[in-house]
Amino acid sequence: MGSFLETLLGGLMTGMLYSLVALGFVLIYKASGVFNFAQGAMVLSAALAMARFSEWIPEWLGFDNKVLANVLAFCLAMVMMVMAAWLIERLVLSKLVNQEGITLLMATLGIAYFMDGSGQTLFGSDIYKIDVGLPKDPIFLFENVFQGGILVNKEDLYAAAIAAALVALLSLFFQKTATGRALRAVADDHQAAQSIGIPLNRIWVIVWSVAGFVALVAGVIWGSKLGVQFSLSLVALKALPVVILGGLTSVPGAIIGGLIIGVGEKLSEVYIGSQIGGGIEIWFGYVLVLFVLLVRPQGLFGEKIIDRV
Amino acid sequence: MLYRENGQFKTTYRSDQQVFPIAQDRIAIWLLVAFAAIGVPLLADEYLFRAIFIPFLILSLAALGLNILVGYCGQISLGTGAFMAVGAYAAYNFMVRIDGMPLLAALLLGGVCATVVGVLFGIPSLRIKGLYLAVATLAAQFFVDWAFLRIKWFTNYSASGSVSVANLSIFGIPINTPHAKYLFCLAFLVVFAMAAKNLVRSHIGREWMAIRDMDVAAAVIGIRPVYAKLSAFAVSSFIVGVAGALWGFVHLGSWEPAAFSIDRSFQLLFMIIIGGLGSIMGSFFGAAFIVVLPIFLNQVLPALGHLVGVTIDTAMIAHAELMIFGALIVFFLIVEPHGLARLWSIGKEKMRLWPFPH
Repeated sequence: MGSFLETLLGGLMTGMLYSLVALGFVLIYKASGVFNFAQGAMVLSAALAMARFSEWIPEWLGFDNKVLANVLAFCLAMVMMVMAAWLIERLVLSKLVNQEGITLLMATLGIAYFMDGSGQTLFGSDIYKIDVGLPKDPIFLFENVFQGGILVNKEDLYAAAIAAALVALLSLFFQKTATGRALRAVADDHQAAQSIGIPLNRIWVIVWSVAGFVALVAGVIWGSKLGVQFSLSLVALKALPVVILGGLTSVPGAIIGGLIIGVGEKLSEVYIGSQIGGGIEIWFGYVLVLFVLLVRPQGLFGEKIIDRV
Repeated sequence: MLYRENGQFKTTYRSDQQVFPIAQDRIAIWLLVAFAAIGVPLLADEYLFRAIFIPFLILSLAALGLNILVGYCGQISLGTGAFMAVGAYAAYNFMVRIDGMPLLAALLLGGVCATVVGVLFGIPSLRIKGLYLAVATLAAQFFVDWAFLRIKWFTNYSASGSVSVANLSIFGIPINTPHAKYLFCLAFLVVFAMAAKNLVRSHIGREWMAIRDMDVAAAVIGIRPVYAKLSAFAVSSFIVGVAGALWGFVHLGSWEPAAFSIDRSFQLLFMIIIGGLGSIMGSFFGAAFIVVLPIFLNQVLPALGHLVGVTIDTAMIAHAELMIFGALIVFFLIVEPHGLARLWSIGKEKMRLWPFPH
C-alpha cells in the first residue's frame, strides 16, 4: 500500500510537470490553431538562456548574489523569448495565414530545428545547471500510518505547486482580462475577431510570448531537475500525448491529461513493465492516447470536431 | 529549342496515357537510368558510393513510400522510422531463422511485415485525422523502438542488442562490393518507382487524392475511406519496410534500433516537404538534397569560417545544419509549398514555350 501510494504521488508530480509543457501547446493551439511542435525547442532555448545568463551576468556586472543573478537571468531569458515570439510571427506565421493545419505544423517543425540549432550555437551544448534554490532533500509523509512512510521529493512538490499556480494564473488571464478575451475571440474565429478590431498580429505575438513564458518556467523546473542539455527538448515529446489526451483546446484538459499520463506511466512501469522488460514509460502515454482517440477522436475534453463539406 | 512536342501526334489511347507522353522525356529518363546503371559505377569511387549514392537510393525509396501516404493520401505520419525498423528486423529474422532463405524473399517479406504493422497503426486514421493522427503515428514510433530494444527475441538474443548480416548474395552473385550494393539498390528503386508511378495514376491513386483533398466529399461520391486509407497505409509501409530492410542489410550491415529513431522519421518527412508533396519525382529531389546537404556543409562551413578567421568545430557544424534545415523547411513552406518538384515542372514548362513567355 505504501509503495503504491508513493508511486501514485510520484506519478502525480511528474504529471504536473508534463502539464506544464502541455500548457504551452494548448495556449498556442487555442489562440491560433497552430500545433506548435517547437514547444520543446522553446523549453530548451529558454532553459539554456536561463542557465547561461545566470552564469554570465555576475561575471559581466561583477557582483556575487545568486538570487539577483537568477532574477536578472530570468528577465533576460524572458526578453529573449518575447523577441523569438515576435520574430516567429513576423517571419513565419504572418506569411502562412490561412494555410492548412498540416502546413503550419510542419512550419513549427522547421522552427523547432532552427531553435535547437541556434540555442545551442549561442549558449553552447554542454550540460549546464540551473540552481534556483529548489530544495533537493526528500521528505517522508504519513510515517505513523505506513511502515517507513511515503518518500516524496521536495523539489517535485515545489515544482507541482509552481505548475498549479501558473495554471491558475493563466486561467485568470484568459477569463478575466481584456487581452484574454481577445485571445479567445481570435481562437474562435480569426475573421470575426479581426472585423471587430482585434489586431491579429499583436495577439499572436502575445500568445507566443505567453507560451515562451510557460516554456521558460517549464525549462527552469525541468532544467533544475535534470540539468540543461539537448535531451530537454525531448520533454515536448512526452507532453504530446498529454495534450492529445486532454484535447487540444482545453486548458483543464492539459492538466488532467498530464495527471492521468503521469500516474499511468509510473504505475504501469512498476506493475506491468517489470514483467515485459521495463522501460515502457516511453510508449505508454502514446498507446493510451491511441485507444482513447479511437473512442473519443477529439480527446477527453476537446471540442467536438465537426466536418463540413 | 530541343524540348518541343511539335509533330508528336497521339493516335492511340495507349500513347495518350503513357507515363511520359513527350518523346524527349522518355529519352531523357532512359538515358538517366542507363547512366545510373552503367556510367556511375564506372566514374564514382568507393567513398561516393558509401556516403552519397547508396544512402540516396535507399532513402529515396523510403521517401517515395512516405510520399504515397502523406503526399497522395494526406495522412500525416511521424512513424516512418518505425516501419523501416519493422522491415529491417523482420527481414533479419527471416534470414537467420529460416535456412537457405533467399535474400530477395527476405527483403520482400520484411516489407510484408511492415505492411501488417502499418495497417495496424493506420486503423486509427479511420477515426482521427490531421494533428491527432500525427501523434497517433508517433505511438508506432515509440512502441517499435522499445520493442526492438527490449524484446530480445527480435534481435535473436544478441548480447549487444545490435544485429548484423553478412555474405549477402542474390542468384549466386555476391553483394559485397559497393558497386554491387549500388546496383542492387538501384534495381529496387527503379522497379518500385515505376510501380508507384503507375499506382498513383490508376483508380486507386485517384481515390487517395480524393481522400486527401476532402475526405467527407470523397466518401459522398462513393469512395470507401476505409479501403482508400488503409490501402495507402499498406502500400506506403510496404515500400518503407523494404527500404528499411535495404538500409539495414545493404547500407549499414549491422544496426541497432537507434538507426531507425524518430529523427529518421522527421528526416524523411523533410525530404518529401522539400522535394514536393504528392510527387514521385519530388521524393528523389528531396532525398538527394537531404543526403548531400550535410556533406556539403561539412566541406563548406569550415572553409567559410577560415575565410573570416573563425574556426568552426564539428559541434558548430551540427548546429548550423539544424538551423539550415529548419530555415529551409520554413522557407519552402512559405515560398514554394509544392517543393523542388514544382520548380522542376515550372522549368520544363518554360522550356517548352521558349522563347515565348506564355
